[in-house]
Amino acid sequence: MERKKKERAVVYRQTQIAAGIYDMWIDTSIADQARPGQFISVYTQNQSALLPRPISICEVDRENGRLRIVYRVAGKGTSEFATYKSGHRIDVLGTLGNGFPLEEAKNKKVFLMGGGIGIPPMLQLAKEIDGALSKDIIVGYRNKELFLVEDLKKYGTVHIATEDGSVGAKGNVMNAIEEEGLCADVIFACGPMPMLRAIKAYAQEKGIPAYISLEERMACGVGACLGCVVKTKEIDHHSHVNNARICTDGPVYLAEEVEI
Amino acid sequence: MMNTKVIIAGVEFKNPVMTASGTFGSGMEYAEFVDLNKLGAVVTKGVANVPWEGNPTPRVCETYGGMLNAIGLQNPGIDVFIERDIPFLKQFDTRIIVNVCGRSAADYVEVVEKLSDQPVDMLEINVSCPNVKHGGIAFGQDPKCLFDITKEIKAKAKQPIIMKLSPNVTDITEMAKAAEAAGSDAVSLINTITGMKIDIHKRAFALANKTGGLSGPAIKPVAVRMVYQVANAVKIPIIGMGGIANAEDAIEFLLAGATGVAVGAMNFVNPYTTVEVVDGIEDYMRTYEIENLTEIIGAVK
Repeated sequence: MERKKKERAVVYRQTQIAAGIYDMWIDTSIADQARPGQFISVYTQNQSALLPRPISICEVDRENGRLRIVYRVAGKGTSEFATYKSGHRIDVLGTLGNGFPLEEAKNKKVFLMGGGIGIPPMLQLAKEIDGALSKDIIVGYRNKELFLVEDLKKYGTVHIATEDGSVGAKGNVMNAIEEEGLCADVIFACGPMPMLRAIKAYAQEKGIPAYISLEERMACGVGACLGCVVKTKEIDHHSHVNNARICTDGPVYLAEEVEI
Repeated sequence: MMNTKVIIAGVEFKNPVMTASGTFGSGMEYAEFVDLNKLGAVVTKGVANVPWEGNPTPRVCETYGGMLNAIGLQNPGIDVFIERDIPFLKQFDTRIIVNVCGRSAADYVEVVEKLSDQPVDMLEINVSCPNVKHGGIAFGQDPKCLFDITKEIKAKAKQPIIMKLSPNVTDITEMAKAAEAAGSDAVSLINTITGMKIDIHKRAFALANKTGGLSGPAIKPVAVRMVYQVANAVKIPIIGMGGIANAEDAIEFLLAGATGVAVGAMNFVNPYTTVEVVDGIEDYMRTYEIENLTEIIGAVK
């Protein structure tokens, strides 16, 4: 049974895979319950930086009890994580969040869309989507500092966009699908808010469902503090107002159900 | 035989360890981590007469040794709370303290009246939230206002009341005295300290609300000092809180004069904190051969 816990995990190995992007495998007992689209909270060992950093799960190795996280160094916490070598202890809480609804991909043409540091969760998702008619993985980067492309190619057809046009389509993931004339019956996406807004509008126009993974400043990660809410179209079943907790009710939502 | 029991306003608690309102929901989210039966009390997230939406995001941010929050008392309203949260908590052998919030005296009274026939042990009245524009802290920063609202609520309340005090005042003992004079059965302190953080790269406030309440270990020395001052100013019992991260911190509050102690922001950092504090207090009692925990309350003069 899935049960959240905080535990002391151990870094199995870590490598830098692009400018400011780190790829870390950790040995942890929560690996066996991890699902695509879920995340873990990672704690610093700096007592002045107390709050956990929510980081998406990139890949799961259930056999060896390992989780892979791929993250961008953005501040004090992630700078510290980037220094960890094999064998270093790392405190994690998880697994958290709802994850992507895999069953929605059955017998459908699927888009997996990732932008920037929203790309990592697409890997385990691509791996676990079963019975889809087609899997187009559309990923957007800032520039030619690509990451995870070779991993993603194992599980679907990869299409690339870069903001500076150095690789693939110039622009973002929307430009890539337009340029290559791709189409889908269902979308799974994670990335920056402007990208998610564009995907929501696109899905609405095409009349297809889009499952988007959201991000917000969090404290507890378990649904207690009400820090990380998103506005919802309907009254939320738990809060009884138009707010849902991203850490527990999300981070994945049907795009039409949230006001972004 | 070691005795960790404490009594606050006639209510007996198996130990002094509670949760600080707003950091523990109604216990559901943390029941996965800790055995709620081990806690002295669960103090629930503030509840109003009707559902409140709360503030826009970002609502939280990290600061040195602590955090700022401006949730804005989002809550589902008292009717849902009575139907869902109280029955959940009744499954456990722990005391239930309901934190009550409002924008006007009538709001508070409505909630208090709806709780009158409910199986809750005490009511904590939040007159100190820094993050809502009307009500909240406005009642908690002027002794006369605090006296009046305490009196009004006390007249209607069937359970003992705890006025939760704000540290954002010149002299917190004046507020504690006003609450005591108006008949409050206990006081709890401190609520968060108003603060601000600016993102220098975005040249913007870190919180949508601009200001938020500072909590976490960074505020503990302020909280201990205020508990000590209040303990020397009033006779009613005190529930102390502010940055408690472990048993040593909790014991400081007890020595300063608190009868109960609450774990707040540190629940977010370590979801097992509450139970670790309970266990650590017992260890301390064993080490110093303390038979009754009440012996150490206010022991540092």
